Amino acid sequence: MKKANTVFMVFVAALVFAGPAFSASEAFRGKIYQPGPLKPIDSHSQLKVGDKAPDFTLPSVAGAPVSLSAMAGKKNVVISFVPAAWTPVCSDQWPGYNILKGMFDENETVLLGITVDNIPTLFAWTGEMGKLWFPVLSDFWPHGETARKYGILRSDGVAERALFLIDKQGTIRYIDIHDINERPDLEALVTEMKKLK
Amino acid sequence: MRKRHVRLTVLLLSLLLLALLYPSPASCQSTPAEGAVFPDISLPLPQRVEERNYLAVEEGPFKLSRIKSEIIILEIFSMYCPHCQKEAPVVNTLFKAISVKPELKSRIKLLGIGAGNTAFEVNAFRNLYNIEFPLLPDGNLAIHKLVGGVGTPYFFVLRNKGSRKLEVIYSKVGSFGEPDEFLNTILAKAGGKAKK
Repeated sequence: MKKANTVFMVFVAALVFAGPAFSASEAFRGKIYQPGPLKPIDSHSQLKVGDKAPDFTLPSVAGAPVSLSAMAGKKNVVISFVPAAWTPVCSDQWPGYNILKGMFDENETVLLGITVDNIPTLFAWTGEMGKLWFPVLSDFWPHGETARKYGILRSDGVAERALFLIDKQGTIRYIDIHDINERPDLEALVTEMKKLK
Repeated sequence: MRKRHVRLTVLLLSLLLLALLYPSPASCQSTPAEGAVFPDISLPLPQRVEERNYLAVEEGPFKLSRIKSEIIILEIFSMYCPHCQKEAPVVNTLFKAISVKPELKSRIKLLGIGAGNTAFEVNAFRNLYNIEFPLLPDGNLAIHKLVGGVGTPYFFVLRNKGSRKLEVIYSKVGSFGEPDEFLNTILAKAGGKAKK
């Protein structure tokens, strides 16, 4: 009974606290699936600041696979996990990052975008955003393996909306596992990037 | 049984609270169409002196109707919106076309509202596209909801009739097209023509 009460209260809290925090861009009008408010966070990552970032190699929309370890010693890395293609917030978030290349470059940081969608889906979706300057990677198969390594695979098989900032030594320096219904705070991320300069 | 009633009550109250806090697009204020009265929304004081001077406001928040110009072009945009990014240089061209004509400079003011954008995000957008007209943040979408939760970019052109009355003379989602043609269109609607 106690467990049932807890589940009920989590459901109510999700209803109350989840809500739209974005405006709809005309770029995606009529093409975005509206899942409604979702449970803000549905995973329990064990990773913390100071941990070694789990390595991965994933196929990219551009063709060549991308490995986190390939950046070691060269660039800081921001990994932007978003839950799914063709959904609200996600469809807003990366187009914003797409105009901030200068800000990433200034801070010697590269951005990697990851979802659990397959490459054809990501190709079609990111094509609507214009030409993205950063690699978009597919964590489709084995399904969500990288999201699972980072402890952010939700119970319905999509990733959390999460940002990980990793320094040139491969150490995690910032984690923002964000309410899935909202866009992460850009200023907080940039502030952390500047600290690594 | 009593516990079940309590649960049901909590659930219903939560749903009610949700509806109040996060109105659906349908329950947002409706989008003001041409000929309609535009809400005299409260705006935050611009952080930059140039923007305060341009709008001739010194204290904030201030009402939209306080802007001392006959025509106000209001763009609802978002830093995260690809079409807003694409439109930014076009809106800059419009602003310059207005600025170089003394008879239009004081008659028309241009203002952008960053729907869902923080001050940091609005600044990033301004700096990237070298935007000279005022851009104000609307991080919690309060203004966005008051104007109908519109898609972005959205352009309202308002006739400032004084006494806190604003009339919509143009209301459209997406690009307004060629800046010169747009300028002629809104001047015709406002009663006047752009001088060559």
